[in-house]
Amino acid sequence: MEFTDKHVMGLKDLLYRMADDLLILGHRNSEWTGLGPILEEDIAFSSMAQDKIGQSLALYEILHELGESEPDTVAFTRNAAQFHSCHLVELPIGEYDFSLVRHFFFDHQSALRMDMLVETVVEPLQMVARKFRGEIKYHTMHADLWLKQLANGTEEAKIRMQHSINETFPYALGMFENSLYETELIESGIFPGEAHLKETWLQVVTDKLNAYGYSLPDIDQVIPVNGGRIGLHTEYLQPLLDEMTEVFSIDPSADW
Amino acid sequence: MWRLCRNYFYMKIDSLDPRIARANLDSNSQEGELQAMGHFQTYEVFEQKKRGTHHMHVGSVHAPNAELAMLFAKEQYTRRGQCVNIWVVQTSDILVTQYEDADMFENTPSKLHRDPNSYKVMDRIQAYKERQKNKA
Repeated sequence: MEFTDKHVMGLKDLLYRMADDLLILGHRNSEWTGLGPILEEDIAFSSMAQDKIGQSLALYEILHELGESEPDTVAFTRNAAQFHSCHLVELPIGEYDFSLVRHFFFDHQSALRMDMLVETVVEPLQMVARKFRGEIKYHTMHADLWLKQLANGTEEAKIRMQHSINETFPYALGMFENSLYETELIESGIFPGEAHLKETWLQVVTDKLNAYGYSLPDIDQVIPVNGGRIGLHTEYLQPLLDEMTEVFSIDPSADW
Repeated sequence: MWRLCRNYFYMKIDSLDPRIARANLDSNSQEGELQAMGHFQTYEVFEQKKRGTHHMHVGSVHAPNAELAMLFAKEQYTRRGQCVNIWVVQTSDILVTQYEDADMFENTPSKLHRDPNSYKVMDRIQAYKERQKNKA
């Protein structure tokens, strides 16, 4: 079908929310570099953070093809209100239990979203989704194994993990905040929609958490933390951007 | 007698971690210094670059169990370059010969009769190839 302006705006919004989530979480998770619980985990977690930045770049490149600015400009010169990332990804790294739970919630969402986009009518996005499938598979394996491991660890480990699951869940639901263009995205075959993704995701994480011996709070009792997708952010995003863009701002024309 | 020989022949390594191997601490003890330092056991990592080729030893990782060793091995050793498969083996499950017994292998290079190069079969291989070619 022929794309109208609304379809293109919907597609751009979808790309921005994905790319911004990956860029911000990639930066956040890289804050663990050198501080990870053991050397091997430090390397694995840092490497996955780097993967996320790489995935965001591929999506910013598609946006550039659609007429948006260069990836570097988009990543390093916008302020917080111009970001489409959800609140989940901008929260500080906290303790490792929180960072692992965020990783679990986010990466399952990311994996399922990419799986759906393998079928999208937007060819460059289809290619990106195919390209990163294997990479994301490892990310979800990593998250699953850690959650399973800590469920079978000490009593303290289990209590801390369950506490983080309860605290993080409302933020995780904010990943699926509807866009203004859900109808256009769905009818055109660009993306099956946030509501559909949320249903699929909820099934996957519920089954996994139950299998490991955790529980998920009752979704009907939880208010999703929305706002990120329309530029309303927590107080944590702007300081993160200031730090991330510090070197770039010194000389934006520098060659790397 | 046989038992004695066998025990002399090989040894078990608990770990390649110098803190365990050199300090000669008992890694099985439930308490004591090692436990207090909280080191995980080590696993040896083998990677296969292409299907059908041999797995090669590439290094070791610390991990609390085999599943996590596999998870760590993937990022430690296959971040760069091609890989299609990984094995992990707990270091303490590997038996090794001792270097003082390396004289067992000394005469091997001179046993040329075990080297397939000395078999005079090239003429038969050529004849076989010739036949196959004619068939086709």
